Amino acid sequence: MIESLQERIRQAASRRTALRLRGGGSKDFYGNALRGEVLDTRGYAGIVDYEPTELVVTVKCGTPLRELETALAANNQVLPFEPPHFGAGATIGGCVAAGLSGPRRANAGALRDFVLGVKLIDGRGQALSFGGQVMKNVAGYDVSRLIAGSLGTLGLIAEVSLKLAPTPPEEITLQLEAPQARALELMNRWAGQPLPVSATVWHGDELMVRLSGAEPAVRAAAAAIGGETIDNAYWGGVREHSDGFFAGDEPLWRLALPSTSPPLELEGRQLIEWNGGLRWLKSRMPASAVREAVRRVKGHATLFRAADKSAGCFAPPEPVLERLQRQLKSAFDPAGILNPGRLLAER
Amino acid sequence: MKSRDVVTALREFLSERAILHAEEDTRPYECDGLTAYRQLPMVVALPETVEQVQRILRTCSALKVPVVPRGAGTGLSGGALPPGDGVLLSMAKFMRVLRIDPLARVAVVQPGVRNAVVSELAAPHGLYYAPDPSSQIACTIGGNVSENSGGVHCLKYGLTLHNVLGMRGFTIDGEPIELGGEAPDAPGYDLLALAIGSEGMLMVVTEVTLKLLPKPQCARVIMASFDDVEKAGAAVADVIAAGIVPAGLEMMDRPATHAVEQFVHAGYDLQAAAILLCESDGTPEEVDDEIARMKAVLERAGATRMTVSRDDAERLRFWSGRKAAFPAVGRISPDYYCMDGTIPRKRLGEVLTFIAAMEKKYGLRCPNVFHAGDGNLHPLILFDANDPGQLHRTEQFAAEVLEKCIEVGGTITGEHGVGVEKINQMCVQFGAPELALFRAVKDAFDPHGLLNPGKAVPTLARCSEYGGMRVHGGKLPHAELPRF
Repeated sequence: MIESLQERIRQAASRRTALRLRGGGSKDFYGNALRGEVLDTRGYAGIVDYEPTELVVTVKCGTPLRELETALAANNQVLPFEPPHFGAGATIGGCVAAGLSGPRRANAGALRDFVLGVKLIDGRGQALSFGGQVMKNVAGYDVSRLIAGSLGTLGLIAEVSLKLAPTPPEEITLQLEAPQARALELMNRWAGQPLPVSATVWHGDELMVRLSGAEPAVRAAAAAIGGETIDNAYWGGVREHSDGFFAGDEPLWRLALPSTSPPLELEGRQLIEWNGGLRWLKSRMPASAVREAVRRVKGHATLFRAADKSAGCFAPPEPVLERLQRQLKSAFDPAGILNPGRLLAER
Repeated sequence: MKSRDVVTALREFLSERAILHAEEDTRPYECDGLTAYRQLPMVVALPETVEQVQRILRTCSALKVPVVPRGAGTGLSGGALPPGDGVLLSMAKFMRVLRIDPLARVAVVQPGVRNAVVSELAAPHGLYYAPDPSSQIACTIGGNVSENSGGVHCLKYGLTLHNVLGMRGFTIDGEPIELGGEAPDAPGYDLLALAIGSEGMLMVVTEVTLKLLPKPQCARVIMASFDDVEKAGAAVADVIAAGIVPAGLEMMDRPATHAVEQFVHAGYDLQAAAILLCESDGTPEEVDDEIARMKAVLERAGATRMTVSRDDAERLRFWSGRKAAFPAVGRISPDYYCMDGTIPRKRLGEVLTFIAAMEKKYGLRCPNVFHAGDGNLHPLILFDANDPGQLHRTEQFAAEVLEKCIEVGGTITGEHGVGVEKINQMCVQFGAPELALFRAVKDAFDPHGLLNPGKAVPTLARCSEYGGMRVHGGKLPHAELPRF
């Protein structure tokens, strides 16, 4: 089966035909415009190896994310980065390729932090193996983490090994009233204290905090923070963008910035995550104005969901970084056939 | 290129005392922590400003002279072995902590800042920098990011990679680059992840932004004895299976505890075949709860004795033996050779049995210290370098153990890096296509191969010579077959 994926890529390379790597298609909206013949990865699916006592799972790309999470839950384990699915068909291959992390990211770490190894089919159709199934591995350049978030432009992620974490035994969500500036200060202060905060959101003068961990620690922290207890199901809406904030047809911007940046005065609505480091913006402001405002606070703006992506999904890189990225792209995919233009605009 | 020409070019912007080229001055730089490999550098440059670093790189790049960056020189794989025909770039003078922002929980430091200094300066804010390699009082942050250093708390808090937010530096051509930053998820490919652990082969780092974490309110450690090494290994798996991620989980076998005890008097159980150090940190309530759960698991796993640290002084004493393991072993043997393989924990018994067989085969002793929680082994082969036969047997011993680590699904290096030391074993761990891709990554950053040449990634010719891989004319037999 992996041979047929390799063969498909090899043929496309020899004919210089663009390929569009695709799992469940749940993240088709993300990145620049899609181009090429669809290469469906869903036939290459299944858990290859899962040893709960090693805290590691190795899984084939086409495995539904939901199926993987169910298998982990049966052993009281989770993907610590809480990846968004954005649709019922999401696969683990697409999840790693997109590199998106959910509400737990600011406290647990990003998706790439948990990638231990990949088996990759590069743009020549070669099957390559980087990293492994162990926690610590510094042999060779860290290609597996370079692949995370590369949107399928460096190779097809055939298999991936991920580090896991135990399911927190206790979890509660608190809601407090706080204007934005006060909320930003509180979130950052809490993050500097030994509190089991696992997610934060500010929206509409309400601050939501999730505490996860050992029962005594969660109880003590809840008493210290105060506020009303609300349903933990709240976080599902933030993670999957099913929360009311994300409705409406204005473009959705994903602003990443230093967490202590002051409130951004921008047209439209904002929802803040990650202790202030991630700010979602629903706005019809011109792309250049959004990018400039965010650049001024040393952040970067991604046009996450929009009908018109002519402004480019990602903030354009500095010239030296752009050159390095294009050279890496040609090292992995010399014919330029894998998801062309989805991450770096085609020239 | 003659030494004289390089010195002349560097004198245009470096003072006399920032350029060393006489043998008595360059001798201290001939090796790093891996003293078995030595090479006198042609020139040592000791810049003091970022602009000087940039000019050194521009100069060397124009003259096509190799450059090897160096921090404190504590590395254990020869990553800072100097170039005999080039410039050793010492970053030792970059010792300034530029900024500590307690609210944002970041420290911005120069690469020559020592690891332990960051936590010391962050302590008044209730914060600390998590990675704690055993050499932390001496090793520098620049060296840590080059090697992606670990420590004894990696299972819970990660490696250097997980605790660095951004870096600034230069390419070999002196072009400034900035990777990552305080804003999460920089757009494009994750060049920060690629550069960390790249053993100084992709860029020269001049500034690092580190993530600081809240210092846990309290920490306690269980010292548990086992009458059998395999039982201790199984106990580690049981702790993880119980849903616990200990702050630290270390194992030492009897030869290691005996070596250490006479040196530091940590209070280790010398009757035990192996001891585990199992640490919990967090709020006092959390720690009480986790210590009780861990004790129950260890008891069921067959621990013959358990002591829980009563206060921080006792906790640090239990750890002092582990952290001093290398120097302690240095006192019982003229020389020792430290390995760094990582294995899936479930194969521990098999690998330890293999190491015991190798001790017999080569007639050399090998105590073991082990980051048990993350499967990272540090077997220490004891030998006498003055006996050339012993050095040779040690190298063969180490090569067999590293290849065993690969065979059981592990890796040749968990945290010390490949350097010059394990470059042959790279031919065993990786196939020709992977090695070719590593070289293509290197070419993207450094097309002329001037930055730390000859380290970490072997050439196919070298692999062919080593015989780890059957390479003929640059091609593997049956190159069309999938290699996994």
